[in-house]
Amino acid sequence: MDALILQILNGLDKGSAYALIALGLTLIFGTLGVVNFAHGALFMIGAFCAVTLNKILTLSHTVVDETRKNFLGQPMELQVPYVYDLFGEDMGNTIIDWSVPMAILFAIPVMVLVGVVMERGLIKYFYKRPHADQILVTFGLAIVLQEVIKYFYGANPIPTPAPSAFTGSFDFGALIGFDANTIIYPYWRLVYFAFAAMIIGAVFAFLQFTTFGMVVRAGMADRETVGLLGINIDKRFTIMFGLAAAVAGLAGVMYVPINPPNYHMGMDFLVLSFVVVVVGGMGSLPGAVLAGFLLGILESFASMKEVIDIIPGINQIIIYLVAIIILLTRPRGLMGRKGVMES
Amino acid sequence: MSKTNVTRRGVLKSGAVAGAGVALPTIFTASSASAYTNEPTGDTVTLGFNVPQTGPYADEGADELRAFELAVEHLNGTGADNGMLETFKYADGSGTVLKGNGILGKKVQFVSGDTQTKSDAARASAKSMIEKDGAIMITGGSSSGVAVAVQALCQEAGVIFMAGLTHANDTTGKDKRANGFRHFFNSYMSGAALAPVLAKAYGGDRKAYHLTADYNWGYTTEEAIRASTEAMGWETVAAVKTPLTQTDFSSYIAPVLNSGADVLVLNHYGGNMVNSLTNAVQFGLRAAEANGKKFEIVVPLYSELMARGAGSNIAGILGSQNWDWKLENILGSRYSGTNAFVQSFGTKYGFPPSQAAHTCYVQTLLYADAVERAGSFEPCAVVAALEGFEFDGLGNGPTLYRADDHQCFKDVVVVRGKENPENEFDLVEIVEVTPVEQVTYAPDHPQFAGGALGSCNNGA
Amino acid sequence: MLGLEKKDFTLLLIVFALTMLAPFLLNPFPEGSAMAQFNAGYPDLMQRFVIFGIFAIGFNILFGLTGYLSFGHAAFLGVGSYAAVWMFKLLSMNVLPAIFLAVVMSGLFALLIGFISLRRSGIYFSILTLAFAQMMFALAYSVLTPITGGETGLQLALNDPRILGTSATATGNIPVPSLFGLEMRTTADLDLGAWGFTFNVGYYFCALVMLVAFYLSIRIFRSPFGMMLRAIKSNQQRLNYTGLNPKPYTLAAFVISGMYAGLAGALMASMDPLAGAERMFWTASGEVVLMTILGGVGTLIGPVLGAGAIKYMENIISKINSDILHTWFAFLPDGLEDFVVAMIYPFIGKGWHLTLGIIFMLVVIFLPGGLVEGGQRIARALRGRKTTDDSGKSAKTEPAE
Repeated sequence: MDALILQILNGLDKGSAYALIALGLTLIFGTLGVVNFAHGALFMIGAFCAVTLNKILTLSHTVVDETRKNFLGQPMELQVPYVYDLFGEDMGNTIIDWSVPMAILFAIPVMVLVGVVMERGLIKYFYKRPHADQILVTFGLAIVLQEVIKYFYGANPIPTPAPSAFTGSFDFGALIGFDANTIIYPYWRLVYFAFAAMIIGAVFAFLQFTTFGMVVRAGMADRETVGLLGINIDKRFTIMFGLAAAVAGLAGVMYVPINPPNYHMGMDFLVLSFVVVVVGGMGSLPGAVLAGFLLGILESFASMKEVIDIIPGINQIIIYLVAIIILLTRPRGLMGRKGVMES
Repeated sequence: MSKTNVTRRGVLKSGAVAGAGVALPTIFTASSASAYTNEPTGDTVTLGFNVPQTGPYADEGADELRAFELAVEHLNGTGADNGMLETFKYADGSGTVLKGNGILGKKVQFVSGDTQTKSDAARASAKSMIEKDGAIMITGGSSSGVAVAVQALCQEAGVIFMAGLTHANDTTGKDKRANGFRHFFNSYMSGAALAPVLAKAYGGDRKAYHLTADYNWGYTTEEAIRASTEAMGWETVAAVKTPLTQTDFSSYIAPVLNSGADVLVLNHYGGNMVNSLTNAVQFGLRAAEANGKKFEIVVPLYSELMARGAGSNIAGILGSQNWDWKLENILGSRYSGTNAFVQSFGTKYGFPPSQAAHTCYVQTLLYADAVERAGSFEPCAVVAALEGFEFDGLGNGPTLYRADDHQCFKDVVVVRGKENPENEFDLVEIVEVTPVEQVTYAPDHPQFAGGALGSCNNGA
Repeated sequence: MLGLEKKDFTLLLIVFALTMLAPFLLNPFPEGSAMAQFNAGYPDLMQRFVIFGIFAIGFNILFGLTGYLSFGHAAFLGVGSYAAVWMFKLLSMNVLPAIFLAVVMSGLFALLIGFISLRRSGIYFSILTLAFAQMMFALAYSVLTPITGGETGLQLALNDPRILGTSATATGNIPVPSLFGLEMRTTADLDLGAWGFTFNVGYYFCALVMLVAFYLSIRIFRSPFGMMLRAIKSNQQRLNYTGLNPKPYTLAAFVISGMYAGLAGALMASMDPLAGAERMFWTASGEVVLMTILGGVGTLIGPVLGAGAIKYMENIISKINSDILHTWFAFLPDGLEDFVVAMIYPFIGKGWHLTLGIIFMLVVIFLPGGLVEGGQRIARALRGRKTTDDSGKSAKTEPAE
């Protein structure tokens, strides 16, 4: 039983990343009708916002320490971060320690800007083009973004730890009445899950309770009519793209302590995110979120040793199998609107 | 390339005829003017450096390329110093015959290619270097799959292959080839070296849980570690295969604590190792207790680059390496050559070399030395010169290039992640060095069975 | 002639001439000169040009004619390669049985995958093929390793039970693929002054196969079957309303393109008897999409041009490093030379993926008809405005939905 709960927890936090990316993808597809293969790259850029902030905060100047020697036998050169000079060593360490949560504030304007530039600069011209062209140009964009990041940061993963208050794990089992030390889960992953839930809730609240959101929902239902009613839907859609980019970016920022980011992480998540969107129903926001969590849990269960013993190799192909089955039996996905893209 | 004097008209005619059944069993030249593939005729000789320049191991490939360029400088005598040429010795104590004037008097040039850590791309790159650039020796690489693929290609083409970083048993086991040579140690040696150290550090009554990357290198490493630890009394509780493309290992790590095991062995390399180790530490495995003992994690193959990627998570984790730049400083003059190389590399590039750089540098020197001793670039002559070759002073102590399988036998370094690393190049500390006698195996050992060396191939 | 119209026959002759004279055309720079870097006339690269040309031609039959974008064709390439290598191991080193088995196997796989995937269209179809391709990659890499060799790939060994051949040559080496005794790797060199040209049996074999494949594709394009496929692309709903069932046609197109991919895979294995699992990863499918788009979707010669361009860049541009750049720009004053090299450096050598991505984006944005459209625009501009715009439309892709 505790193994099951552990895997459910794990699936939920894995699924958070999938759900957030799928949410952005569905927003873009539902409002703009654009298939955005560059969404994984937005996730990666968000993660590298956190890395950049960390690098900025640890910008150092070299201080030569005569008392110690480096590997060549010459006096050791120490790197002293500027924040130490500005704020003192303790405060400086705290600032660097909390760089990941601080990166949230840094990432939001950056990601919105990136999203708006992408939309106005490129995506806008592809509204009327067929889906194949949209896929191809965003695929090309994803490659370009990935290579640019690789050029500046190298190919190696860059470890960026969570604040020390959140490192380590705690006894989750004790909270829900199990024996001590049966269910241990890392803090930060649960923080990530909570954060993702918050963002998802905020997006839904925004769409449900504001006028702007109402117009966007109307545009998702029938774009032409909204235009006929005299509402300038284009500007709102640009802002929606920026919002979707910000959601993906934030997912990336908080993901950084879980796995050290590298330039390839966007592509790794992209295929799975599309599977999630398709399973959930293209154009359905609750569907995307639900499918994200479900597929995360499914992936966790499929990697259990007992399951692999019964069906070897299942952990490699479970997600794709599920996608194939859903696409064949219920192509509109779990919660898609009837008739959308069914043919 | 050789010259076949054919007139234009003749070529147009015979171009059609050549395909009509005149079997020319040579690979590159129509006449037998050259005795072997890419025989160097001018005053230069070209070496091919096939390293990953894109993809996840790009940084390691860059380090290998740096070492190769340094080796070429030393061979040509154009470097700031002579690096390991000063310390390279034969079994009888005499120094190397390399004089720093190229190889057999010919200036050394090189071409580089990108393996992208994919067998297809690596073979294409090697083929391009052999066919287009006339390379007479191919070396480099950072993955066993690629090494095996390129080794087979070099065997067919009739050039020598000096393997770079490849750790799986198969490269000099099931897939060994006569034209291929490996200096880097292998999974069996890691297992044999680690087992006594693990027993001493953690006791002989441990239960191990293995997470293994689901491809050939993972399998051989798991087999090697299991065989050697079980021989010491450990019990293997479970061995789970993880997909190569996996990035988040949390679902595999989560059940480990409750499985009854008290050691986690991560048979992962590269990005897999960075992520699985990070996840394992996140789940509190380092601080946990199981079966009344402190929970431990073991990573059989360390790489400096991935240690950097894992950051502080490697603290206290045991593993093995082929070489470490601190070897001579800590363990003395048995490992002479280390400091010479570190000084040379460090002065030129500003940071100490990785084990990948070291093995590539050494392989280049070994090849050049073999050619000098054989007096010819002909592959079969080089093979004869390297088989059974004993040498010293290249950083690993006395080493033997065994004739039966073209594998180097030398001491193996067991390392542990430092608790408080001073900088990003000083992340591991040397625990001890396992002597070569303990890591040597018979040529027909079951973990290496299934292949045959074949005979050397000159190509032409 | 040969059942083709005059225009198409001329095109076939042009392609024939290009492939036969490729060793000359691809080595225009003298050996040892500064520009010798750009010579592409060595056997491996020339073989890749025509092999990927075959792959792209097959993909074009599906994507160009029906508009269905499949991300899974790399899987058929892999299946073809594995089948061919198994034939080498079990039967003989003759390439013909290997090619035959490879085409049959990839056709069967294409039938199975196509039957399931074609139940949906548009983006769903693409995602389905993507899912299948990734599944097959995972199976080949990790799960079915006795059949596929896993990460190392499937290779020949000295103890292969070659029923109709020998396990090892007289010198104790593994035999090489051949066509009734004529080894694929036989090469002859020709030196004319400062220029050197290489002629390779394997390349000419692949080139002949490509010409046959190209001829077949022309016939398909101009046949009623091809017209039906184009009708599917332009408006599938209307086709349904007229009472025709498009499913068998799309499935046939899918299987044909899958068999082309299998043929390409078999030829890859015949030139180089190793089948690696990475050729089945979905980004390899992305590469063939790139080739087709770059060359010109829906045109006849476009995919071949695109395949050549991409393979050329992959092999040549990735080899340029900063030393070579410095030698080129040595004539500039030092500061300017360093600046120019620093500007160009991110785009060559190991940064060539970046260049590829940028070119891809530019082509999709500005030149959706690919190189063929670009060539036609230039031709029109040179010819003045004598001809009307009709000639341009035949190459432009009409949106499917």
